[in-house]
Amino acid sequence: MRSRIRSLRLFAGAAAALSLAACGADGERPKTASSTPAKAGTPYPRDPYPSTYHTYPGVPTLVRNVTVFDGEGGRIDNGAVLFADGKIVAIGQTLDAPAGASVIDGQGKWITPGVIDIHSHLGDYPSPGIRALSDGNEATAPVTADVWAEHSVWPQDPGFGRALANGGVTTLQILPGSANLFGGRSVVLKNVYARTVQGMKFPGAGYGLKMACGENPKRVYGSKGREPSTRMGNIAVDRATWAKAQAYKRKWDKYERDGGDPPERDIGMDTLRGVLAGEIRVQNHCYRADEMANVLDMAKEFGYKVTAFHHAVEAYKIADLLKATGTCAAVWADWYGFKMESYDGIGANLALLEKAGVCAMIHSDDANGIQRLNQEVAKALASGRRAGVDIPDAVAWKWLSLNPAKALGIDDRTGSLKAGKMADVVLWNGNPFSVYTRPEKVWVDGALLYDANDPKRRPVSDFELGQPGEGDVK
Amino acid sequence: MIRAFLLSAAALIALPAGAQTVAVTDATVALGDGSAPIRNGTVVFRDGRIVSAGANVAVPAGAEVVDGHGKWVSPGLIAGFTDLGLQDAGGIEESNDTAARGSPFAAAIDVSTAINPAGAKIGNERLAGITRALVAPDAGGSIFAGQGAVIDLGDDADAVTRPRAFQYVELGEHGAREAGGSRPAAYALFRDALAQAQDYRGNPAAFGGRERASLLKRGDAEALLKVIDGQMPLVVHVERASDIRTVLGLVRDYPRLKLVLTGASEGWLVAREIAAAKVPVVAAALADLPESFEALAATESNVGRMRAAGVQVALSAAGASGGERNIRQYAGNLVAITRIPGATGLDWGQALASITSGPAAALGLEGELGSLKPGRRADVVLWDGDPLEIESQPVAIWIDGRPQPMRSRQTELRDRYLTPTEGVLPKAYDRR
Repeated sequence: MRSRIRSLRLFAGAAAALSLAACGADGERPKTASSTPAKAGTPYPRDPYPSTYHTYPGVPTLVRNVTVFDGEGGRIDNGAVLFADGKIVAIGQTLDAPAGASVIDGQGKWITPGVIDIHSHLGDYPSPGIRALSDGNEATAPVTADVWAEHSVWPQDPGFGRALANGGVTTLQILPGSANLFGGRSVVLKNVYARTVQGMKFPGAGYGLKMACGENPKRVYGSKGREPSTRMGNIAVDRATWAKAQAYKRKWDKYERDGGDPPERDIGMDTLRGVLAGEIRVQNHCYRADEMANVLDMAKEFGYKVTAFHHAVEAYKIADLLKATGTCAAVWADWYGFKMESYDGIGANLALLEKAGVCAMIHSDDANGIQRLNQEVAKALASGRRAGVDIPDAVAWKWLSLNPAKALGIDDRTGSLKAGKMADVVLWNGNPFSVYTRPEKVWVDGALLYDANDPKRRPVSDFELGQPGEGDVK
Repeated sequence: MIRAFLLSAAALIALPAGAQTVAVTDATVALGDGSAPIRNGTVVFRDGRIVSAGANVAVPAGAEVVDGHGKWVSPGLIAGFTDLGLQDAGGIEESNDTAARGSPFAAAIDVSTAINPAGAKIGNERLAGITRALVAPDAGGSIFAGQGAVIDLGDDADAVTRPRAFQYVELGEHGAREAGGSRPAAYALFRDALAQAQDYRGNPAAFGGRERASLLKRGDAEALLKVIDGQMPLVVHVERASDIRTVLGLVRDYPRLKLVLTGASEGWLVAREIAAAKVPVVAAALADLPESFEALAATESNVGRMRAAGVQVALSAAGASGGERNIRQYAGNLVAITRIPGATGLDWGQALASITSGPAAALGLEGELGSLKPGRRADVVLWDGDPLEIESQPVAIWIDGRPQPMRSRQTELRDRYLTPTEGVLPKAYDRR
């Protein structure tokens, strides 16, 4: 019941990813003699705060005699996983150890891809949750598409280390909160401590736009006596904003094509233009089935795509609609009944979505919950089985890694144990769907960043240094 | 849901007060008293009370026998210091009775008057094996939140097991805010309120307490007298080690206070002092982040380290967004960390006790609730596996010996949408 802070944090939604594939590292578009008339206007930079993340050193590692969930639905009993130079080399029944490799006997243990949380506010609502560090909701106007979550992230949030050590989380998306209809841009991070947020940024991951529908925006702005104060007000402000974004896009597209005087920059509209151009993914906080349907119609009206609904407590009611529109659903296992729009939450939500063929995933929205997403999935599996929907454990691991990677647009690089992907790997000391299991080792890009048996492989954030409890197992 | 109520109402008429003798046989029996589970055991209950439980327990003639082969049987789980029953959803302000910022009353507030046994959450959480809850108000406008209650989650109209079971007070950061902005102000308010209560006892007619400006109303004074006299436990929410020490020191001035600590994220730093004071603690198992400056040393080892130092400790359900049902996941995690070098957890028996007899004992109710020992209320759950394991679910539930419906509003919703597409009529016509 002492969860006042959490109720504020429930203003959270989702964010999307800007594909940088179309842009050079400096933000310039590829130029060729045929496609670029000499008089074309200069595009604004798409990546002005670039990632400086680098992989940490690792050693070639072979884990054998281990149960493997590959993250794509596959399972190998008494199998093996080999990774080197930061990448997965092979998985299989038996693999040979290269010279100099670290060989780990996985007897009685499980190995999986690292967990990806598509919905986190670590860094933006860090611990301690004091006012001075409350940087997750720019709750001053219903449209703040101009803010970027990365500019709030405090890289020293102790929550990052807990998510790594207790949760096996290797990648996470940080979203601005859901007080606003257009909350701003998300950022995708590798779960490593760094001095700057740039040092955590997942290289090449696109941006997201966090949107929210429902009770949070109408409560926040209704209480200020301004639009929106109702659900119809939410959609009205959304539509007016998308209409402006279309006009902004037309002006900038024309300028970049034909040159002339550059149009006035609008930082928020840059983001919406990115969505309309398919470069930025919409991650939409939305609980109720009927509201999700409204948003899907609005997306069709303005020509954008909703990549994923987050907190989609009623997704199970419209699994067919989500399937038909190719929209993902990011959900909790069992959160329900904390506000009206969560009243109809059921434990079988994820299982019913999977049964209907929807791209479904678990998410936390919580600094504590992110530490046990494997157990959250175990709860969802159990609820599904109770309802007669028996999803194999190995298939359910998709909810923890591959599906969130897809919804972030990084599934070609991480999210499963596939040769060539980043070696983001967790070794669990038992079946990860058992309550009695904990991560034993966690690698990010092949670097061993947590080892339960080695106190030196346990991050201590700057904030914790020299304070009560420093360096404890936590 | 309606049908479930009708069915159980019929059962009630046929079998008043669980008069039937029931024997759950051949199950793994977990007594909930801290002991290890017993294989191939039997639990017998009659007239709403446990008769016997364990190995080599005879099945009385004429008993209704429930075959527990391959299953586990445990006491029903007790959710400690929760707001279950005080709101339909926290965010539905119109239905939320957890706090009353605008009320002139504080310590006088009595949550037992708010409990609605027909609330959907009661039915949902019951189906997950929660059979009792220690329900506490939230402080709003004073450090004194009011008087909490012990309730059952039975499918009947009688929910309150013990009204006015404890007084709840905030003395950490939250208390400082309620008192005007500082911890010293909170302690000044606390001492003054108790002094005023003594004034009321000495001369009720002269006390007043009905004036608009009176800091303490008559009802508040009456409630606090029971606290001063040790007739009503005083549950104190604090987190920081130094705050815990200060609270333990209150007994020097008020020697009959029956203290219970809740929160206590830094309890492990002062575990020996808490144990020496014989003050029970109801703590959050998995609070491991420095969420505030009063919880910098928070760790999942807190409960285990306090227990190892001899503190009587139980788990709290506060902040369980997924429902009170998650207390068994919390308990299971405390077993899990016994395998992590440097961490301190609980053994299995202690872990189950921390969500059954532990919360009962914190309020002195262990003779009545929370275990399968003879004479206790027959709150019994039959599980399809280890009750601390995530995948396990109840297959039968009795509260005060009465069988409970195995459906809830959540199962009704689930079944309506097992297939999302509409049939010949809208979903509103899909009924079980």
